[in-house]
Order: sequence, then C-alpha cells, then structure tokens
Amino acid sequence: MRRENGGRIDRGTTLRFTFDGSEYTGHPGDTLASALLANGVRQVATSVKLGRPRGIVSAGGEEPSAVVQIEAPFPEPMLPATTVELYEGLVASSLPGQGRLATEPDPARYDAVHAHCDVLVVGAGPAGLAAARAAAGTGARVILADERSEPGGSLLGTHETITESEPDDVLGPQEVMPGAEWAAATTALLDGLPEVRVLRRTTVIGYYDDNYVVAVERRTNHLGAAAPADVARERVWRIRAKRVVLATGAHERSIAFAGNDLPGVMLAGSARAYANRYGVLPGERAVVFTANDSAYAAAFDLADAGAEIAAIVDVRPAPGAACAAGARERGIEVLTGHVVTAAQGDGQLSSVLAGRLRPEAEAAVGERELAADLLLVSGGWNPVVHLFSQAGGTLRYDEALGTIVPVACRQAVEAAGAAKGVFTLTGCLADGAEAGHRALEAALGTAVSERYTPPRATTETPTAPGTAFWLVPATDYGAHFVDPQRDVTVADVLRATGAGLRSVEHIKRYTTAGTAHDQGKTSGLLTTAIVAHALGASVGELGSTTFRAPYAPVSFAALAGRDRGSLHDPVRVTALHEWHVANGALFENVGQWKRPWYYPREGEDMEAAVLRECAAARQGVAAMDASTLGKIDVIGPDAAELLDRLYTNLMSSLAVGAIRYGVMCRPDGMVFDDGTVIRLAEDHFLVTTTTGNAAAVLDWMEEWLQTEWPTLRVHCTSVTEQWATVALVGPGSREVLAGLAPDLAVSAADFPFMTWREAEIAGLPARVCRISFSGELAYEINVTSWDGLRLWTAIMDTGLVTPYGTETMHVLRAEKGYPIVGQDTDGTVTPQDLGMAWVVSKKKPDFVGKRSFARADTARADRKQLVGLLPEDPGFLLPEGAHLVAGAELPEPPVPTLGHVTSSYRSAALGRTFALALVSGGQGRAGARLYAPVGGVLVPVTVTSHVLYDPEGARRDG
Amino acid sequence: MLLIPCPWCGPREEAEFHYGGQAHVAYPDDPSALSDEEWARYLFFRDNPKGRFAERWSHSAGCRRWFNAVRDTATNEIHAVYRVGEARPVTS
Ligand SMILES: [Zn+2]
Repeated sequence: MRRENGGRIDRGTTLRFTFDGSEYTGHPGDTLASALLANGVRQVATSVKLGRPRGIVSAGGEEPSAVVQIEAPFPEPMLPATTVELYEGLVASSLPGQGRLATEPDPARYDAVHAHCDVLVVGAGPAGLAAARAAAGTGARVILADERSEPGGSLLGTHETITESEPDDVLGPQEVMPGAEWAAATTALLDGLPEVRVLRRTTVIGYYDDNYVVAVERRTNHLGAAAPADVARERVWRIRAKRVVLATGAHERSIAFAGNDLPGVMLAGSARAYANRYGVLPGERAVVFTANDSAYAAAFDLADAGAEIAAIVDVRPAPGAACAAGARERGIEVLTGHVVTAAQGDGQLSSVLAGRLRPEAEAAVGERELAADLLLVSGGWNPVVHLFSQAGGTLRYDEALGTIVPVACRQAVEAAGAAKGVFTLTGCLADGAEAGHRALEAALGTAVSERYTPPRATTETPTAPGTAFWLVPATDYGAHFVDPQRDVTVADVLRATGAGLRSVEHIKRYTTAGTAHDQGKTSGLLTTAIVAHALGASVGELGSTTFRAPYAPVSFAALAGRDRGSLHDPVRVTALHEWHVANGALFENVGQWKRPWYYPREGEDMEAAVLRECAAARQGVAAMDASTLGKIDVIGPDAAELLDRLYTNLMSSLAVGAIRYGVMCRPDGMVFDDGTVIRLAEDHFLVTTTTGNAAAVLDWMEEWLQTEWPTLRVHCTSVTEQWATVALVGPGSREVLAGLAPDLAVSAADFPFMTWREAEIAGLPARVCRISFSGELAYEINVTSWDGLRLWTAIMDTGLVTPYGTETMHVLRAEKGYPIVGQDTDGTVTPQDLGMAWVVSKKKPDFVGKRSFARADTARADRKQLVGLLPEDPGFLLPEGAHLVAGAELPEPPVPTLGHVTSSYRSAALGRTFALALVSGGQGRAGARLYAPVGGVLVPVTVTSHVLYDPEGARRDG
Repeated sequence: MLLIPCPWCGPREEAEFHYGGQAHVAYPDDPSALSDEEWARYLFFRDNPKGRFAERWSHSAGCRRWFNAVRDTATNEIHAVYRVGEARPVTS
C-alpha cells in the first residue's frame, strides 16, 4: 500500500508495468519490489523444490526469495525484484525457483574498463561516504563504488539526522539535516572533485590477488526500452587499487520458526526502508519478532507512517530503555521473553502465533494468535564480509555482537563501519573517516595532516546489545526455513548432522544451503548456528565458510564484454583468402586460422568434392594454400647447434640448399612437433612447424635458449605471416612449374627431392622447395605475402590446376601414413611408435628426448603404435575416436581397449575407406583382425602397415 | 589476478605471463650418465610446497623473457624476482 506522501520517489510521474499478466503502476525511484508491495502484490515467486508461495523478504541484493524473470524489453532470468529499478513498460513474471534463458540474441552492448586508483571505497553508505570524503581532495585518485541507484546506503531508508561536528565547507556550521541530504551533498562534492569517480549501480563482485577488484556497472538496465543503443548496457570495471576500504554494510538475518517463508514475513530493517525510502507500507497490521533493538526503530517508523503494530515479540527479558519508552508512547504491546512459534496463512500471512520461551521446555508453544498481514523479523545483523574474505582476510565470530566480523588480511584492505561490526551511525561515520584517512596516507606513503572531521548523528537507531537468537524450538522442524531459496529447512540440516556430517562446508554441500542465487547472504550464518545447535557446539567453534566470487550474480554477457561474435578470438587469414572466398571454398578453423577445407563444385557434396580433389592431385596437378604452416627464422653462428639439440635427427650436416624433415620431442621422448628444416646459409635456417603449433615451437626454442643454453649465439623469429606458400602437387606439377618459371631447371636431376631453389615464378621472386606431403611429385612455392595472390592467380590461370583444401591434404598424407601431430599423436607417442625410428639419430651424443628412449617404458612391446586399418566392408567409414577391441563379442565391462582410430577417410586412390589408428603392439599385428564397436555393432577391420599408398615411394619424382 | 614484477619491465598483469613450474631444475649435464630413476626424477618429480617456492615465469606477452620468482603458494605473495642464472635470493 502506497503512503500518502514521503519516500524518495517521483510521484508526479507514473510508470506502467506488468507482472504475471496484470498491469500496475509505480513511480521513478521504485524498485519492482516496492512497486509490487505498493500494489498489494504479496506472492512474487514459488519455491524451487516444495512449490511454496514466496514473497518479498528484503529491500536489497541480499534477497533470498523474490527472484523474478524479466520478460520485456529484454528477457533476463533470475533477478531479485528488490534490485530491479522500475521503468516504463517493464514486463516481469514470478518464477518457480528457476529462470529461463533468453532464446533470442542479446542486442545490447557490453564493455570493460581498466582503472587504477590510490583508494577504492566499496559502498556509499555513511561509512563509505565518510571514507571517500576523507581520502578525496588531496590529489589521490579515489573510486567510490556503490551498487544502488543512489548513494546513501542505510541513510536512505531511515529518518536519522546528522550534524556536522565542525563548520564544513559544504554544509555550513552545525546544521542539522536528514542523513539522506548529507549523503546527497557529500556525493555532489565528490562528483565535483577531479581524481574522484563515483560509480553508481556498480556492484563489486570479486576481490582477487594484489588488490585486483572487479565490479559490474549497470549503465542502462534501469532505462528499459528507453536505453540508448550506443551506450553499453553493462560495463565491467577491473580496478587495481593501492588501498581498499570495504564499507559494505550489514545484512539483517532471519530467525528459524515455522512458516518463516510465508509471503508477509519480512526483515524488519527492509520493511523500514520500504516505508521511508519508497513510501510503501508492506502491510497494514504488523507483528514484530526480534532479538535486538533495531527492529523497534522499524516498528516505530511503520507505526508513525500509519501501520498498526499488533505486538512486538522480543526474545529478551527486556528491550533497551529507549525502545521500551518508544513502545509505551505509541501504545504498542511488547511481549518480552516471547517467540513467534508460527507464521500462518493460506498463501500469505494472516496471523502469527506467539508464546513464552521456556528454556526447560523442548518446544515453544503458541499461546496467542495475533491477526497480522506483516511479520517483521530481526535475528540480528551480519557484516557483509564477503569481499574481505575473498581477499584472503580472516573472520571471527564475535560472541558479544552475535555475528561474524573481519579480523585481518594480508592485502591492503580494511573494513569500516557496519561491515566491521560498528552498528551506530555516529560510529560508522567516524570509523569510515578514519579508515579513509589511513588508506590515503598508506596509498600516498606519507602523512597527511589535513583531516576530514565527519558529522555525528543527532538521532540514532537504538542499539542496546541484542541476543544471538537463531531457532524457535519445536517438535517438527519441517517448515523452519534456513535457506528459503534452496528450500532448506532446519529438518534438512538436522538430517545432515544425524547422518554424521560435522563440517559446515560439508553440510552446505549436502543440504545445498547457501548455494542458491543469493549465495546465502541472509542464511549462511543461520545455517552455521543451526549446525552448532545440533552438535552442541558454539557458533564460533564451527567457524565461517569461505566466501568466493562473485558476490552477486553476473551475466556472461557482461563478462564477455566486446569479446564475442567476430571479436571473440582473432581470425587469421592468408594472403589468398579473398580468392578462396570468391571461389566457393568452405573453411575449417585450424587454431585461429581460416583454412580452405574443400572447394565444392555445383551439385557436389563434401565426399564428391574431396574425391575429385584427391584424384586431381594423384593423377594431374592440384594446388593448396599452405601459408598457415608456421615458419621460424633461426639465425646465428650457433643455429645448427641449437637445431641439433632440439630435433631428434641431425641438422648440422644439412647442406646449404637442402631440406630435411625433422621431429622434435619433449624431454620425456614424446613427439611435440614436426616439420621441415631448410638451410638457407651456413648460419641461417628456416624451420616450418605445424599450423596450430607455430607459437608453441617458437616458445619452446626461446625457453631452451634463455633458461638452459644462454651462451648459444642464435636468434629465433616468427616469419609465418611474411610468406605466402603454395603447394603444387601431382605428376603434372613439374610441367606447370616449368611453364611459370622458364629459367628454372626443373628436371629431377637438376632439382632433386628435398632441395630448394631461388627462382622467378610468374615474374615474382620466389623460393621453391621440392618437398611432398602427399607422396606425389610436389613443390612448395614461397613468395612474399604481398605477391601471394598474384602467384596463386598465375597458377590457376594455367587452367591445369585444381585447387584443393585441408580435407584432401589429410586424405593424401594419411594414404602415405604421414601422421599429423595432435591428431594421430596425443603426447604419449614416440617417433618409434609412429614407425619413424629412422628420424631418431643414433650418432648425436644427446638431444632433447634421447635419454627417454633408453627407458624401459619406451621399449615396451605393447606400446600403442601407428597402423593402418582397412574395414572389411570397403564402404564403411570408421568414426575417428572409435575404440578397437580384440574379440568379435564384447566381454563384460570394463572392456579392454587395444587402441583407437585417429584418422579415417575415403580414398580415391585406394577405391575404398581406410583409417590410421594407434594400436597396442600394432607394428606386430599386420594382417590381424580387430573390431571397432560402432553404434552397437562390432565392425571388423584388418590391421595393415600405416603406409597404404605407394609404399615404395615410386611417385616422388613424377 | 597477480601483479607480477617482471625484472625487465616492472609490475604487469598476470595475464601477460606464462607459468613455467619449479625453478633451478637444470637439464642434466649428461643425461646418458643418469640411472633411469635419476632421469625419471628430472622428468617427472617437482616440489609442491605450501609456502615459498622458487618458480619460473615468462613474460610471454611482454618482453618475452624468462625469469624466476619466489612466490608464497599459500598467499600468492611474490617475495623476489630475479634473472635466469642468478641464485635464489634469501627471503626471510
Ligand atoms: Zn618483461
């Protein structure tokens, strides 16, 4: 129900919104929760497991109950209604504990900012504002971040007034003003200072090492459809702060009693905030259930605003004197030494049962039924220590305060105000100012004599010591909710302790208490206390659980920022890319590269295109863009020595003008990469790597050079992008090359296999290498990237050459048994396992990996070795990854596997399907029959040599 | 995210670095002279202390230099950074 007047809302403007299909109105300054309460809507959600009706419990981000789905203007699941600012046209609906992800793409933009500051203050309540004020105005860079729409924190929800202790340049001397006005004036002052940034609607979600703090700023969420499209909806702030002051306030907590989840049961301080900040009475007739004085202030504010207070049920023998007097003055009955035994009602609260608390009795009995549509509860206040704990700070249970407080942290951070357990307004203002000043001096590394004197409160929320009271004793705990969002009751916790669980961390996982959307902000300590009660331990003995980021839920979109869609990962294309696109290539991602996969002609599917491309390479001439192969320039007097130490074979004996294939292993002897090494000069080599491993190989070389062999005089440089490389393949390739390079002697005798020549090709300066990854006569032509497209076009303009892509390349190399590192190997495969014992030097005294080849493990007969497989049905294509087993029938699980298929293709040259596989003892199994379980059928295959095509190498010279 | 003081560049974000495991595990002078057990120890065994640990880092997205750091594995505090080849400094 909306009050006649009051509240920080713009009553002159009406906003229309829809909830669960019904239309309502509210005002700017409302949250969805305050607007729903103003319209008398009590049930806003249904619980996740039990389907119980749930209402609005709090007025902030700690909300454990009122989680809703926003439907329009943009669908967003699982938002606490208490944090959704009302806007025109908002459409929301209640949720059964789980949200629905949007099915349409999010049209909004998200962004990120990196910032550095001297002092970061988190929270702009009284302590935070005083801290920021104390640190600001001295040239220090200060950031003040607050999660609400308006700075002021608790001051916005109370009627507390303050006065400056000393004449102040903003407020003048000794002026008494409402706390909210002071907050606004102080914020305006801070906004006007250079080097100070006040971030509104900004939730600090994570506190990481070295004072790295991450916050999310909601920039346009509160504008609904009116949000300008050119402003990022949310912005992630990544802040490095020299010092941090955590003025994050405190969350009120509930008490466990029967029906404490019923709509109409609300935290007392939150009800007070609705009355004062939003001008809303959340009910007409309220009962107050408390174990401390603060709820009296809520009761009085509601009574003064026109609500009827049926009774204050106080666990303690007596309240503080000011509270007792306030109640008397207003004619409110106080039931001391009493508890609420049950909240009752059909779908929402209609009455409250109260009874005397008898320490000797097993259960408290309801003796009086009080009609009420609102029950205010205060079990005490928990400092918001989440960020302090995330920072690595230690926590302690304070018996006197009945709550967890921060102790110490190795990081440059301190808590201030209510976050530290200071619960008076004057105390928070003074504590904040001191913390701000300390942070300033520490950040600047010097004493600062000028000091901000904070104001003090002229009225105070009464704070006589409360009693830590958690649980209303009963015989049945099935409706005493501890964590309403997870539907966890005291009975569930007792079941966990009854099953022998003792650690709060284990009980959290067993019951799921504290693991929901709200991460147990209001329920965490209550859970610990119930466990302590069940185990007969003290709360302090059990300790608190560790808090982890994020403090509040964050959308993936915000974290992704601009790094999505085409900006998610860099895309690398070759100098020939535009030709591939124009000629209908389909692309495959290889690392960050886009490589032509195959070039389908009209009416061709992939299989037909690849068979055609393969046939062209084996029978005619075909060309592939090989520019993505990694290329590393290795230069220096010790270049040959470095390569001898890194490759398994000898490189120093390579003649200038010649090329050698090489394999690199890790020290454990497992294959790491392979490629060719070209000797350009005595002290100059060009090393090629696999496409995906280029950066790793360069890193590998650098690591050895810098950490083990710093005396070697050699430099390694990536030159991958500097060259465009075209593989010209097939029995007709010599003729095509001769046509393009009339001055080049191309005969097998003049230009032998594994040599390179400099030549002019199609009028372009080029380096031509006679190497083959297909077994056919082949050349790799390298020109500068600038000339790449001209070279390729000249080759295609001959009209003799078929372009082919990576799929055909894979088929051709697999037919020859050439492995692909990372596809046919997996970090557990030696060169010998690949049938390449010939590439491992016996002469060199050492190279990386050599010693491991003398280990018994690398000589095991049952090592997985590369073999070829021919399915007995020549049309059957084995799926890559398929396992291989010995018998025609599967034994009972676990089934011993002999290995798996690593590559599988249809071969034009073989006229059938074939595969490569790693098989235990495979080199000794030629001719054996194995089986591949595929889709419930055991497919018979025959093991062959891994070289299936032209094993004699007869085709190499054309 | 750590703030790592590269000995060449000064403090930089952890995202610019690659981790390289335990420092001062030198490649043996003559691997062929080692027993299988000694070689396996070089290959596969590393310390995993709770507390101060000398480890290798590479400023891979910066100066691309390798260096060593003494980091407390329990608190992530970096107590010293030093260049490859230098002895581990004494940190109390
Ligand atoms: Zn550096």
